[in-house]
Amino acid sequence: MKNGTTATKSTKKIGAVIGEYGAFIALIVLVVLLSAINADFRQPSNFTNLLRQATFNGLIAVGMTCVILSDGIDLSVGSIFALSAIICAKLIMVGVPAVLCVLIALVAGTLLGGVSGVLVTKGRLQPFIATLITMTAYRGLAMIFTNGKPISRLAESISSEGGSFFFKALGKGNLAFSSNTGISFPIPAFILILVFVLFYFILNRTTFGRRIYATGSNAKCAKLVGVNTDQVKIIVYCISGFLSSLAGLIMISRVNSAQPTLGDGFELDAIAAVALGGTSMSGGRGKIIGTVAGVLIIAVLNNGLNILGVTSYYQDVIKAVVILVAVLSDSKR
Amino acid sequence: MNIEMRGINKSFATNQVLKNAGFDLKDGEIHALMGENGAGKSTLMKILTGVYSKDSGTILVDGKEVHYKSPQEAEKAGIVFIYQELNVLFDLTVEQNLFMGKEITKGFGLCDRKAMCKKAQEIMDRMGVHIPVTAVMSDLSVGQQQMVEICKALMVDAKVLIMDEPTAALTQSETEILFQVIQSLREKGVSIVYISHRMEEIFELCDRITILRDGEYIGTRYIKDITMDDVVRMMIGREIGERYPKRDVEIGAEVLRVEGLTHQKLFRDVSFTVHAGEVLGVSGLMGAGRTEIMQAIFGNLPVVAGKIYIDGVEVKIHNPRQAIAAGIGFITEDRKTEGLLLEKSVEENIEIANLGKTSRKGIRSKSLRTKLVKEAIEEFHIKCFGPEHECNNLSGGNQQKVVLAKWIYTEPKILILDEPTRGVDIGAKKEIYSVINDLAARGVAVIMVSSELPEVLGMSDRIMVVHEGKVTGIINSADADQEKVMTLATGGCLA
Repeated sequence: MKNGTTATKSTKKIGAVIGEYGAFIALIVLVVLLSAINADFRQPSNFTNLLRQATFNGLIAVGMTCVILSDGIDLSVGSIFALSAIICAKLIMVGVPAVLCVLIALVAGTLLGGVSGVLVTKGRLQPFIATLITMTAYRGLAMIFTNGKPISRLAESISSEGGSFFFKALGKGNLAFSSNTGISFPIPAFILILVFVLFYFILNRTTFGRRIYATGSNAKCAKLVGVNTDQVKIIVYCISGFLSSLAGLIMISRVNSAQPTLGDGFELDAIAAVALGGTSMSGGRGKIIGTVAGVLIIAVLNNGLNILGVTSYYQDVIKAVVILVAVLSDSKR
Repeated sequence: MNIEMRGINKSFATNQVLKNAGFDLKDGEIHALMGENGAGKSTLMKILTGVYSKDSGTILVDGKEVHYKSPQEAEKAGIVFIYQELNVLFDLTVEQNLFMGKEITKGFGLCDRKAMCKKAQEIMDRMGVHIPVTAVMSDLSVGQQQMVEICKALMVDAKVLIMDEPTAALTQSETEILFQVIQSLREKGVSIVYISHRMEEIFELCDRITILRDGEYIGTRYIKDITMDDVVRMMIGREIGERYPKRDVEIGAEVLRVEGLTHQKLFRDVSFTVHAGEVLGVSGLMGAGRTEIMQAIFGNLPVVAGKIYIDGVEVKIHNPRQAIAAGIGFITEDRKTEGLLLEKSVEENIEIANLGKTSRKGIRSKSLRTKLVKEAIEEFHIKCFGPEHECNNLSGGNQQKVVLAKWIYTEPKILILDEPTRGVDIGAKKEIYSVINDLAARGVAVIMVSSELPEVLGMSDRIMVVHEGKVTGIINSADADQEKVMTLATGGCLA
C-alpha cells in the first residue's frame, strides 16, 4: 500500500516535470538526434552560429511573451523590425553619429510599439486588430521612406572609425574569451542571453511582473485591486517594440544593408516560439524559460534541416508538425 | 415521476464526497435539497442525471432501476438539470437557443424558422412569460435567461426539473414570477428539485426538504413540520447560536461623507455618511443602483457630479488606484469575474492586492510574501491545501475569505462589501459576519450592500435604502423591520 502511493507520487512528479520542461525535453531530443545523424551539426562552431541565428526570433519572442501574458498579441513586430532598421539606416546615410542612430531607432521602436498599446487601451481595439493596423501601417511607412529599395553599404557610410566599429560589432562582433584557443562568442547571442536573464528577473521577481500576469489573468479583477492595467498593457507593447527594433538593428549590422521588406512574417515564428514554450494564448499563464526553449527548438530545426539539405518547402511542414506535437503534448498534462 | 436514490457512494480520487447518500422524489412535489457548500447536493443530482457515474448504490425511477450514462439520456427520460451557471449561447436568439440541436427543418438541413418561432411562442405563452423569441440572449436579464432555460426543459417534456440556486441572480419581481412558474408546473404534475441556500424561499415554496451533510443523508421532512432552526441544526450538526453575532462597538468620528453623487443615468443626488466602527447596510431591489453607487465611490464608474470627503477632507477619485490610496477597499459582488484571479493561487491573489507590502523597491520578497499569506490563511480559516491552492477549486465561502483577506491586509479605513455572502453556506456566512464585526471593532467604516433583508437588518447599525437610483431613506436598524425597508425599496414612503 505504502509502496503504491510512493510509486504514484513519483510518476506524478515525473509527469509534472515533463509538463514543466516538456519543451526542453523536446529540444534535447532534437539536438541529440541531429547530432547523431550529422557531423556538421555537432560542430561547436555550428552551435554558436545557431545562437546567432536565434537572436532575431529570440529577442522578438521575449517581447511577444510579455504581450501574450498580458492577454494581448503583437502582429506588428516584423514591421517594427523593418521600420526602425530603416530609420537607423536613413540617419546613418545623412551622417548622424552611429551610436545616436541606434539609440534613436530604439526609442522609435519603443514608441511604435506604444502606439499599439494606446490603440488597445485608450482606443479599446482588440489587440489582434490594433496590431494588424500598426503592422500594415509601419510596413507601408518603411516602403515610403525607402521607395521600396534597400539602403546598402551602411558601415562604409559611417565617417568615424569608432562609430563604424560599434555598428559592425552589434551584429557581427564576437566576444573573445581567450585569444589562443580561438573560442569566441557572438555578441548578438550575448545580447540575447542578457535579455533572457533580464526578463526572467522582471517577470518572476518584480512587482511589475506580477502585474503583467494579473492583467492577463483577469484584467477586471486586477484593476479593482489597484493595478493600472492600461499602463501595464502599454508598457508590454513598448517592450515588444523595443526588442523588435533591437533585433532589427542587429540584423542590418550583420547584413550591412536595410531593406523595407525585412522581418516579414517574423511575428509568426515569435508566436510559435511562445506557444511551444507553453504560454497560454489567453494570457496569465506562462514562463520565459518556456519561450527560451521554444526559440531554440525553432532555431535548431531551421539550422538542422538546412544542414541536412531538406528543401525549404519540406522544412515548413516539418516545423508545423513539431509545433503541433509539442503543443498537443503540453495541453495533455 | 417517482425517483428513489439509495446508498449512493461517490469518490473523486481519494476524496469521498457521497457516503451512503439518498433521496426520494414524489410525483408533483417541490422538494428542497439543502446542505452546506460541499455537502454533495449538486454531486448527487449530477449522478442522477448521468453527469457523473456512481461508485455504488441504486437509482429507481418509477420503481425501475436506471443507469443514465449521460445528461442526454436522462433528458430523454424526462429529467432535466438547470445548472446555476446557465448553459446559454449568449450571441444567439431565444428561439435559436431553444431549438439548438433539435431544429425543425424543411429538409436538406434548412431551418424552418417560422415553425420554430411559433412553437417557442407557444411554450412562452403556456408558462405565462413574455419574452420576445427573436431577442438576442445577451440583451435579456438573468431572470429572463433563466426562464428560457426552463422553457428549454419544458420542450423536452420534462417530468422532473432540477434547479440549482435559481434565484441567486434574480430580482425580487423575477423571483416571484419564477415561483409562479414553478407552482404552475407542479400543478401540471412536474416534480421539482430545488437547491438553494435561501431558507426563506424554501419555506415559502417547497413541500418537503432533504438535508445532506458532508455527503451523508441526514433526513427528509415535510416543511410544515419543521422550523428554520431545525434545518440549520440538521445542516451543520450542531447549534449555530445567534445567526447574526452581536457587536459592541463604540461608533467614532465620521470617516466617509458622500454628497450629491450623481451618475448620468444610473443614480442621482446620493448623500450619506459612514462613521468609524459603523456598519452601514445598503438595501434595495436588484437594479436599483446600489452596486453602481459603490463602484462610483471606488472610482470604477464615472460620475457627473458629487463630492467625496474622507476624514473631513475632500478627495478626488477617478480610478480604483486613487480610491485605494485614499483608504477604500472594495469587495465586488461578483467574485468569480471581478473579485479573484480564479486560475491563480491563494498566494498570488493575496499578493497582487498587497504588492507594496510584499516587495522592496519593486522587487518581490519571498519571505515577506510567505509570511503574509500564511498569516492570512490562518487568520481567516481559509480551507486550502496551502498557499499554492488554485482559487478555482475552493468552495464559495473560502473564495470569499480569500477576497476578504486580500483586502483587509491593505488596511482600508473604509471597506465596501457588495453582497459579501452570496453563494456562501451558513457556516462560512457566520465567519464572514465575525470578520465584519472585527473590522468595525478596529474602527473601520463598513458599507455592506446586500439583497438579503434579514442579513441587512441583523448586521447593520443604519440602513440606507435605494430605489431607482435615489436614496429613499436612511434608518436606524433598531427602528427598522423588513416591512419598512421593503416599503422604501419599492419607492413607498414611511408613515
